[in-house]
Amino acid sequence: MKHLLIAAGLLSATAAFAADKPQLTVYTYDSFVSDWGPGPQVETAFEEVCDCKLNLVGIEDGAALLSRIRLEGENTDADVVLGLDNNLITSAKETGLFAPHSVIAEYNLPIEWSDEVFVPFDWGYFAFVLNADAVAPANFRELADSDTKIIIQDPRSSTPGLGLLLWVKAAYGEEASEIWAGLADNIVTVTKGWSEAYGLFLEGEADMVLSYTTSPAYHLIAEEDDSKAAASFDEGHYMQVEVAAKLANTDQSELADQFLQFMVSDKFQQIIPTTNWMFPAVTPANGLPKGFETLIVPQKALLFEPDQAATEREQAISEWLSALSQ
Amino acid sequence: MLRLDECVIANGDFVLRANLEVADASCVAIIGPSGAGKSTLLEAIAGFRNVKGGRIFWDGEDLTKRPPGKRPVASLFQDNNLFPHLSAEQNVSLGIRPNGRVSKDERALVASALGRVGLLGMGTRKPFELSGGQQSRVALARVLVQQRDLLLLDEPFAALGPALKAEMLDLVAQLISGTNKTLLMISHDPQDARRITNKSILVADGIAHPPEPTEHLLNNPPTSLRDYLG
Amino acid sequence: MAERAQPISPLPGVGAATLVAALVLGTLAAVALRADSGGMFAFSDWAALRFTLTQAVLSSVISAGLAIPTARALARRRFFGRQVLIALLGAPFVLPVIVAILGILQVFGRAGWISEALGFFGLPAIRVYGLHGVVLAHVFFNLPLATRLLLQGWQEIPAEQFRLAAQLNCKGMAMFRLLEWPMLKRVLPSVLAVVFAICLTSFAVALTLGGGPRATTIELAIYQAFTYDFNLGRAALLSTVQLALTAAAALVALRFTRKEGFRTGLDRAIRRWDGGSPAIDTFWISATAAFLLLPLSSVVISGVVGLLELPTQVFKAAVISVAVAVASTSILLFLALPMAAAVAVGRHSFVELIGILGLAASPLVIGTGLFILIRPFVNPTAVALPVTALVNAVMALPFALRILVPAAQETVTRYSRLALSLDMKGHVFFASVLLPRMRAQIGFAAGLAMALSMGDLGVIALFADAQVATLPLQIYRLMGAYQIQAAAGGALLLLMLSMGSFWVLDRGGRWHVET
Repeated sequence: MKHLLIAAGLLSATAAFAADKPQLTVYTYDSFVSDWGPGPQVETAFEEVCDCKLNLVGIEDGAALLSRIRLEGENTDADVVLGLDNNLITSAKETGLFAPHSVIAEYNLPIEWSDEVFVPFDWGYFAFVLNADAVAPANFRELADSDTKIIIQDPRSSTPGLGLLLWVKAAYGEEASEIWAGLADNIVTVTKGWSEAYGLFLEGEADMVLSYTTSPAYHLIAEEDDSKAAASFDEGHYMQVEVAAKLANTDQSELADQFLQFMVSDKFQQIIPTTNWMFPAVTPANGLPKGFETLIVPQKALLFEPDQAATEREQAISEWLSALSQ
Repeated sequence: MLRLDECVIANGDFVLRANLEVADASCVAIIGPSGAGKSTLLEAIAGFRNVKGGRIFWDGEDLTKRPPGKRPVASLFQDNNLFPHLSAEQNVSLGIRPNGRVSKDERALVASALGRVGLLGMGTRKPFELSGGQQSRVALARVLVQQRDLLLLDEPFAALGPALKAEMLDLVAQLISGTNKTLLMISHDPQDARRITNKSILVADGIAHPPEPTEHLLNNPPTSLRDYLG
Repeated sequence: MAERAQPISPLPGVGAATLVAALVLGTLAAVALRADSGGMFAFSDWAALRFTLTQAVLSSVISAGLAIPTARALARRRFFGRQVLIALLGAPFVLPVIVAILGILQVFGRAGWISEALGFFGLPAIRVYGLHGVVLAHVFFNLPLATRLLLQGWQEIPAEQFRLAAQLNCKGMAMFRLLEWPMLKRVLPSVLAVVFAICLTSFAVALTLGGGPRATTIELAIYQAFTYDFNLGRAALLSTVQLALTAAAALVALRFTRKEGFRTGLDRAIRRWDGGSPAIDTFWISATAAFLLLPLSSVVISGVVGLLELPTQVFKAAVISVAVAVASTSILLFLALPMAAAVAVGRHSFVELIGILGLAASPLVIGTGLFILIRPFVNPTAVALPVTALVNAVMALPFALRILVPAAQETVTRYSRLALSLDMKGHVFFASVLLPRMRAQIGFAAGLAMALSMGDLGVIALFADAQVATLPLQIYRLMGAYQIQAAAGGALLLLMLSMGSFWVLDRGGRWHVET
């Protein structure tokens, strides 16, 4: 009982303490806030410099995150949204809920970044991950001709799934349908999200799984296991750039600006590689963690402009559906 | 006095009419062919079945709209007279308080009732640990503590052997003798009716007739009863 | 007005049903009203609807069909490990979807145990992906549930009737027609309806085992409408279609479910006199056990290593999950018991219908609708756990009612006159007669609800922040962070907790009835 009272006292004390400080609410995707994601470290690091309380709220994935913001509309509790990707930027802008940023940074992205609203915090290339000792096809055509089995994610429910669609579209344009028709017999199955697909791949259900070029780094660094590799495709790899932005209606505008600037600083960026397993948008002063140098470097970075991605999406999905529903 | 005033009792398509009186402290058999509506009549008196027309009086008080538990009626059914999950004691206690929470004095009352039906010291047993006859005795003990003026028996002892059945009926007669209680019992066996009742209600052809002396009815049965008695 | 007086009022049950209806339909309305534009039923939705219906009908018919011989065998055989097997029947149902998929595919997949065994004999691997794969997975989830519900039906046939049948020298088919078929006619329709409703809202399982976009269900379209398209009108429309289909199935089931209580004897152990063929019973019991236990054991084997080195956060999440499950079970009983009583004292089709509807409601719609409704008043994150407990309770309600209603009907039929003559009414009847008489069923229902709540991701993902995570959410997070081994360990922990609480509650209710 005594312990309970002390605990209650402590709790109310921290609550009162926290109430005195300004609070910044950041909506992000769930795996960012998880105990194994960047969230806990980011929270500590930012609170050290901001004299504020950082509330990270995790919402499923990037697409669900944007839906939440649209659902809450102008009176959202969020001051900052972190974790949308380049494919969602156009619909995010259409809501008119986001404000321009004031961030200045030297990005290490394979592409130019000049968006006025969205600030990138990390990026990666989609890639097929396979066992290092297996023979990797050199491109989609070779994959289609081989009997290599792959597991992919559904573009209607998963970010990588949509990324793959745009990858094929960016690489093959009008011929995308034909590529998909060729891939149909290579696809073991299509999953709802990344976790199911990756889990099935690790169980040996397929030869390759759609993931990121950075995936082998996890196995190498966290598990000291060099048995996984990413297949390098010679038509280039599609990119995913993850971004954040300030809400126009925030009552913590300065703090939000401060957070976005902090986001591209070393303290934030050096957390990213080994928690989010993506490339930091601004390479930290002490470089990337050991092991990242082993990752494949695509010869060509593919990426649609946000507006084009938004227009391509619908048609790409129906092409994909008709090719795989035969 | 129990009075059924122009009562119309419906059970599905079947309709039973009753216009009769039963004097206080009498023992009355209800006799009639199978399916004539004997149980339906008891159900209406006990309040399990609403009457469609007419009224039921007890000592001049209108019972027609009263719920079963508020009538001066205690019933013993053909089966399910005890709750299997409760001990004999607990089952009897329900007769005093519906929630079974009895005071010390009341507990003594329960014990004495169990004693009067010959189950001294068996209060903690559950129904499945008792024989059929003993189960009937527990139910009778409960009726005793209920202290209701009208006792309705819907052949509760039918499943017992002839000797045991006679024994139970004698016990019933013994328990109510000297009290002001009125007994109504359904009977298929003229011997049972003769054994403890002095009057009988004939239920036949959709009508519950006023009581007449049991011997007279059984010795000069009307056609409907004669076929049934064989 | 009922022709007969009743010892208990249906009003609390009707009230509880109204609450549930308000939750299911109110959240749907909240989503629909928040939509900017109405939804359209797209051409591709017809294909989704057709696939959804096909797999749901096949899955429910096959699950129930296989459950009949299995339940019959379990009802009349006593063997070592029977109780454990019956308890394990609850297991597939409580696994988080993602864990179950991995478990099933580790056995039936391209690289699964069966394919490997076939490969050893030089035979080709089995191809599990397709409509048959979807049905296989759904049977894995629902066969155990159907078996448990039917087994209960068998145990409710009074021993006296079996004795009577034995004296009449009824055996095999004759026994089946005389005693068992009438029971099945009563129980089977609602079992079919429940399984149908569960399969109707399948999404991740159907897609993965279906092998691709041919296996698109309505629920996937709802998800897409919510997240990628943010078309709330469409989400509401599709959800309405789901609800309508379930309501139709439920109404058909109710028409066939005649209320005919068995008259039973006193509480005595059940003894069966019909021998039947031991070989056939052994076949069904072993086949079902193998079908269920193989994927479960793969979950156990994958999890053992991870279990030993689970991060502490997982244990914290386990504690939260148990707390949510306890709350959810309490809410469930608070709703289900009055509803069961209401159904028992009269035909309250409204109550029965609402009882099934909870299953057909898309968790996304309920979650989003609650979010819209709650947000003006409180921060949704602050009520994440109570809301999860509530939604889990509503999802478990259909199962609880299937379990509780027959027992409630039986109790009311047998004891209402006695209770009424003793003036035991309302809460007294409820507490001193109904609850003690339904102990076994309440234990079973509570155990199932507890296990279900523990394993269900529910709406927590929509509401939670970093601090509060339930065990299933933590398992998903581990998988999302590449920590597949730890996730497998978490899944095993979840399985043990679910089965443990199910076992305790189910046994707690049943110990005095069964031999």
